[in-house]
Amino acid sequence: MKKFLAALLVLVMALTGAVCAVAEDVKVMTYEEYAAAEKDTEVVIECYVQDVQGWWFNSNVGHGVITVYGQDQDGAYFVYEMECEEADAAKLVPGTKIRVTGYKGEWSGEVEVMEATFEFVEAEPWVAEAKDLTEVLANAEELIKYQNQLAIFKGLAIEKIEYKNGEPGDDIYVTVKQGENTFDFCVERYLTGPDTEVYAAFADLKAGDVVDITGFVYWYNGVNTHITAVAKAQ
Amino acid sequence: MKKMQRKLALLSLLIFTALCLCGCHGAKEQNAFLVPDEFDESKTYEITFWAKNDTNMTQVNIYKDTIAEFEKLYPNIKVNLRLYTDYGRLYSDVITNIATNTTPNVCITYPDHIATYLTGQNSVVPLDGLMADAEFGLGGSEIRFDGPRQEEIIPQFLAECAFDGATYALPYMRSTEACYVNKTYVEKLGFTLPEKLTWDFVWQVSDAATQKDEEGNYLVNNQKVMIPFLYKSTDNMMIQMLRQLNADYSSPNGDILIFNDTTRELLFGIAEHVKLGAFSTFKISSYPANFLNAGQCIFAVDSTAGATWMGSDAPLIDIPEEQLVNFETVVMPIPQFDPDHPQMISQGPSVCVFNKEDPQVVLASWLFTQFLLTNRVQIDYSCTEGYVPVTSKAQQSAEYQDYLSREGEDNQHYYAVKLQAAKLLLNNVDHTFVTPVFNGSASLRDAAGQLIEEVTKGIRRKKTVDDAFVDKLYGDMVSRYHLDLEAGSALDGKKQDLGPLPQTSVILLGGLGAAWLLLLILAAANEIKKRKIANSSHKD
Repeated sequence: MKKFLAALLVLVMALTGAVCAVAEDVKVMTYEEYAAAEKDTEVVIECYVQDVQGWWFNSNVGHGVITVYGQDQDGAYFVYEMECEEADAAKLVPGTKIRVTGYKGEWSGEVEVMEATFEFVEAEPWVAEAKDLTEVLANAEELIKYQNQLAIFKGLAIEKIEYKNGEPGDDIYVTVKQGENTFDFCVERYLTGPDTEVYAAFADLKAGDVVDITGFVYWYNGVNTHITAVAKAQ
Repeated sequence: MKKMQRKLALLSLLIFTALCLCGCHGAKEQNAFLVPDEFDESKTYEITFWAKNDTNMTQVNIYKDTIAEFEKLYPNIKVNLRLYTDYGRLYSDVITNIATNTTPNVCITYPDHIATYLTGQNSVVPLDGLMADAEFGLGGSEIRFDGPRQEEIIPQFLAECAFDGATYALPYMRSTEACYVNKTYVEKLGFTLPEKLTWDFVWQVSDAATQKDEEGNYLVNNQKVMIPFLYKSTDNMMIQMLRQLNADYSSPNGDILIFNDTTRELLFGIAEHVKLGAFSTFKISSYPANFLNAGQCIFAVDSTAGATWMGSDAPLIDIPEEQLVNFETVVMPIPQFDPDHPQMISQGPSVCVFNKEDPQVVLASWLFTQFLLTNRVQIDYSCTEGYVPVTSKAQQSAEYQDYLSREGEDNQHYYAVKLQAAKLLLNNVDHTFVTPVFNGSASLRDAAGQLIEEVTKGIRRKKTVDDAFVDKLYGDMVSRYHLDLEAGSALDGKKQDLGPLPQTSVILLGGLGAAWLLLLILAAANEIKKRKIANSSHKD
């Protein structure tokens, strides 16, 4: 009798665990599914952190937040102000795989995951190679398919470099020219601040210089690449 | 012996308490600022000024020119400028720096934020003593510039900086909210813009503007995008709606009263218009100005300090030129429930001085703070946007009056929309109000806006916004913003329905219950068995 009851107890506990595991099992979307999802729907994605904007405590939402540039082999995700403890922020290094749950939104043309939470996923680190999108820069309909991916644009002529507040410290607005078309790119202070190589590099550049620019294909009323590297074109 | 022990314990407790109290008293005395008798000019002082601008280079340059002018007058004071374009980041950085005792010396701020800063002991200097000082106070004998006397600061604006019996800031600029209206589209929809906007009118036009053709284009603008009514600061929206309805928000001493039935009804009303696609917010969609200027919005509510971004001819534009649409822009006070008794928020930056070990440094900071109220700074800065100067000295100056009289002369300095926005506040100062300031009032303000944001998102996410939704939302807001830590009346004394337990919790609790039940059965079975054996032994 005792043996029977003990076995029954074990069975109940095991079943409970199994059912819990099933309840916790969430459907992780592929990039294709994410891209097809309607705005304002809940999304669950997995991606590899490519870079982050600085962590800060947002008193307006009552917790710490961090903005993540995430990517997998099929596409990229901009995870805006994801809930994050400061201690975890330090672990979000490039290559780290995370599972993100949030809502799909769009803000000034930028498709993003908002109100997100996350958990770490054990996996081999993966960092994306910058994709050469030079040929599609002027084709917004095509370029937007690569939104948020790490890309490189070659042979762009610098038209204007402006510091947001008139001097180094905040964002740098970079207007570049490709043929007759001009584009507004940005050195985003919270991504690549004044102490970074790319930020400093713009101090030595001037209008007319021809450069190769690497960055995340961010959108703000049109393409507004967040620059992560710049080099004079060979 | 026991009595002796008790006495010793009591004595120890008394000594400990006394030591604690002495410690607190000592710390306070050490840090509290006292106005020095004189300003020691044999030393040099380096102070930092954290300022906020509206992503407006003219404002940045005014700050820089102001510092240069001030440093000419006081060569022994060096002012370092740090610029922000976001109050949230500035607030967050100050809080972080209070903890490390590395606050700036002078800081652009809001009174709500100061109330939080004051949780750091003596962190912000009360200015009453400084203002009244005969030598270094407002209009003092030793001041090297033509600053305002205390009575020349608009009393209402100065009063907004006073709470807990002290004045903790000087007003720097004042603004209110305005509704920037695309009059062309209002008339295209068959409506006539009334002299005074009402909420009913705005909702009626907005709902009408959601009509689409068979191809999904909005009839009013023939585009795929139209957000008829777009609000920048939903905290202001909720606060002003409640005030206009004479409904509760908070008491002066910090009772949280916002979670009431009027708020609930307002949220239900907003939800109905969100369902139709008639309303959205900055946080969800983006800047109202961008939609307004692209012909994708009819009523854009934003600060009068955002006027230079509003309208087809706006001097500052943030969308590609090819997206600009021509329309007539009208600047109106925000919608009202009772248009004969309009009520609108008074807002805008103030300046506070942080306390430091050396009173001479604080005095140097105070001199710079005062300098921000001189006519040159006040007029120049207010003219960059739809701000108004905070002193009667500046407002009544010939230069400022001349500026006001030249509305529409060009689309830059005299941009009509900007001047109309400034005049809107000048004409309505008596109709403005501010909310009570207390430790936690900044959080309450956040919660007020978040109620509207959550309802709007809820509808967009196909959720049902009903009493259960609002009950849960109220509970979430109390928890997120720690509003139950205040006066304890956050929930009107009612228990909040926190919604059903998550499925996993139900399963886990069910499993645990089943396990306990089995253990009890097992124990009972054992007990019965033992008794049977005992009984049979007894019988034997």
